[in-house]
Amino acid sequence: MTAPPDIRLPSRHLLGIDGLDERTITGILDLSAIYFTHNRERGPKLKQLSGRTVMNLFFESSTRTRTSFEIAAKRLGGDVVNMNVAASSIKKGETLIDTAMTLNAMYADVLVVRHPDSGAVSLLSDKVNCAVINGGDGSHAHPTQALLDAFTIRHRKGRIAGLTVAICGDVAHSRVARSNIQLLTTMGARVRVVAPPTLLPAGVEGLGADVYHDMREGLSDCDIVMMLRLQAERMRGAFVPSIREYFHYFGLDREKLAFARPDALIMHPGPMNRGIEIDSVVADDIGRSVIAEQVETGVAVRMACLDLVTRSLHNQSGHNQSGHNQSRHDQPGGGAAP
Amino acid sequence: MSRLAFRNARLIDPASGTDQTGDLIVENGVIRDMGLNLLDGAAADGCQVVEAAGRILAPGLVDMRVALREPGDAHKETIASAGAAALAGGVTAMACLPNTDPVIDDPSLLSYVLSRARESTPVRVTPYGTVTKNADGREMTEMGLMLAAGAAGFTDGTRAVADSLVMRRALSYGRTYDALILQHPEDPALADEGHMNEGLTATRLGLTGIPAAAEVILLERDLRLVALTGGRYHAAHLSTAAAVAAVRQAKAQGLAVTCDTAPHYFTLTEDAVGEYRTFAKVSPPLRGEADRLAIIAGLADGTIDAIASDHAPQDPDSKRVPFAIAEPGILGLETLLSLSLALVRDGHLSLTAALAALSSHPARILGLPGGRLTRGQPADLVLFDPDTSWRVDPDRLHSKTQNTPFEDWELPGTVAMTAIAGNVHFNADAAADAPATGASRDGAAATAAGR
Repeated sequence: MTAPPDIRLPSRHLLGIDGLDERTITGILDLSAIYFTHNRERGPKLKQLSGRTVMNLFFESSTRTRTSFEIAAKRLGGDVVNMNVAASSIKKGETLIDTAMTLNAMYADVLVVRHPDSGAVSLLSDKVNCAVINGGDGSHAHPTQALLDAFTIRHRKGRIAGLTVAICGDVAHSRVARSNIQLLTTMGARVRVVAPPTLLPAGVEGLGADVYHDMREGLSDCDIVMMLRLQAERMRGAFVPSIREYFHYFGLDREKLAFARPDALIMHPGPMNRGIEIDSVVADDIGRSVIAEQVETGVAVRMACLDLVTRSLHNQSGHNQSGHNQSRHDQPGGGAAP
Repeated sequence: MSRLAFRNARLIDPASGTDQTGDLIVENGVIRDMGLNLLDGAAADGCQVVEAAGRILAPGLVDMRVALREPGDAHKETIASAGAAALAGGVTAMACLPNTDPVIDDPSLLSYVLSRARESTPVRVTPYGTVTKNADGREMTEMGLMLAAGAAGFTDGTRAVADSLVMRRALSYGRTYDALILQHPEDPALADEGHMNEGLTATRLGLTGIPAAAEVILLERDLRLVALTGGRYHAAHLSTAAAVAAVRQAKAQGLAVTCDTAPHYFTLTEDAVGEYRTFAKVSPPLRGEADRLAIIAGLADGTIDAIASDHAPQDPDSKRVPFAIAEPGILGLETLLSLSLALVRDGHLSLTAALAALSSHPARILGLPGGRLTRGQPADLVLFDPDTSWRVDPDRLHSKTQNTPFEDWELPGTVAMTAIAGNVHFNADAAADAPATGASRDGAAATAAGR
């Protein structure tokens, strides 16, 4: 295996793209590339996480992401525990802080956390002594998805800077979109968001994306078409009048795709709603769709992230296992300025 | 005959604009006299003389929006603990929200709260009754009977009366008794599931936003209903520029409309949310800088009549949770005066105007005693030093909870003494000529420890 790049994450945790500069992101992608090759070549078993326990703590079900982290951790020689908390403990009255205290007592090394509420992973990270990787919180952030998307783009296109990426669909409810806008613009890509106004959050242009309400205009000459799942479960009331109308105007089909560059790639974080945001004909187009490859790169990128957060644990030389702080200073969001 | 006198005070009566140096004498709970050199020569026997040393003596603050949390949520606050916080903040009268458990939608519940208040604190407590039964926005409550039982007015408190017909009837029926209808002006459908101000910050944090328009939409509807019915209407805790403009226009048209804001809306913006800081979660949400400046302008030109604390204590279990789940609300009683004085310090508002918004205006709107520094008025008084400052230490506040976003802020104006009906119930002034008398019942009054 090639020597890993010498990079450090700015924090013990990986909670979002915030704080990751271009050099750090490039380093993560370089390390991911090493693991990507290693996985394809079925290289020898690795030991980066030997003796480490990774806990997948999912308050929201997601077989895909959880399995991806589980395989990544095991390929690095770590022990994995899966905890599907999905509302059961919460119903019993346990708070997130109670959960953190329980986990502290179990001495996990890395927590991978998914939670339906924005900011919940950050709150938890402030109360535990181990490293935390955000596996997706509410509509806020999904950093490993953004990193794997970036890796997939770079792997296929050889670069990110200068490319035009159209992120299409339910941006309002999408943590994937938020993290991708942040990461891709940091890496020098031009990002467009394409959706009806009801599916765009207020001030999204302030995140650095150009706004389009027409798929043909939005896809025009773009290099990457990134489709998002219509998240009906996060919606109260109708954001679009019908699935039929949504697909007609915003679903990706061959006709709309023709406005993108001929070599444009089709991406989707999965799971797909076929016939709602994407037509099976383009989703399964092996010449253009890299959706299956995103799943593959996901494992490599998560190996890199697990490797990096445990490196910072090494640096902390026996991180404090006793003193988690419950004062009022540590409100949700952990470390937030007054 | 009990007597209390203040020597050499800066006497400010915001109602008349009086601002003069002199003495003030209290007799049998009311202001007997005020003026120059009243205390020359020997004081009368038994008269407690307070050396004011040039500090400001003003009417005690009348806080028109306080959540007492009793009955139902005594782990968050009790009438006694809120009373202690009020006294430490110079507040002598407070109108309390009916969103308790059970809600105050019945004359007997109103009487119960008044009775508990009499037992618990010397602060004058006047509850609001709800506009609708169970505050669910459908059926009107017995307004007449609740007014007779002592209601300050009617509001569904933290909930808007969203149904136009119900609001029309409340305004219309309320005219029978000249009842004041107070509204939480926020369109509930637009605010549904929102957690902070709609905009880039909410988008970045992945939180559902509440548009500023949610406030003015309901307010403008209500103003039309006021014009239609001739009812008496008060818009609570304005937070947006558009709402201030709407009230300004309504007042110019001569409608019977008043409004208030809370210190956090002229002090903080949505930036205070930072990274999911739940102590900055309030309802309505903190807005942007343009809105904050418009609120200040509304106070300065008199469009906004009053400053209310919107005191809303929340226990840790309500705040140490993800932002979306966290209950809204911050402590307000003890920072009300100082945050208002910060506007004076920064040149936005005259001292008299600030004190009027804190005392005479809310007293007038609610028809409560106090709020004036004139002969024959109840001696509800606050003595404070505008030139000294204090650091907000949540551990030393008197509420049962600590949810203030102003922790460690250095604020102007320290309360030296609070008196109600001529009895001193809070005395932080070590230099007072005589010790405090008239300590409150049940130990509810703040001690002389001050801050």
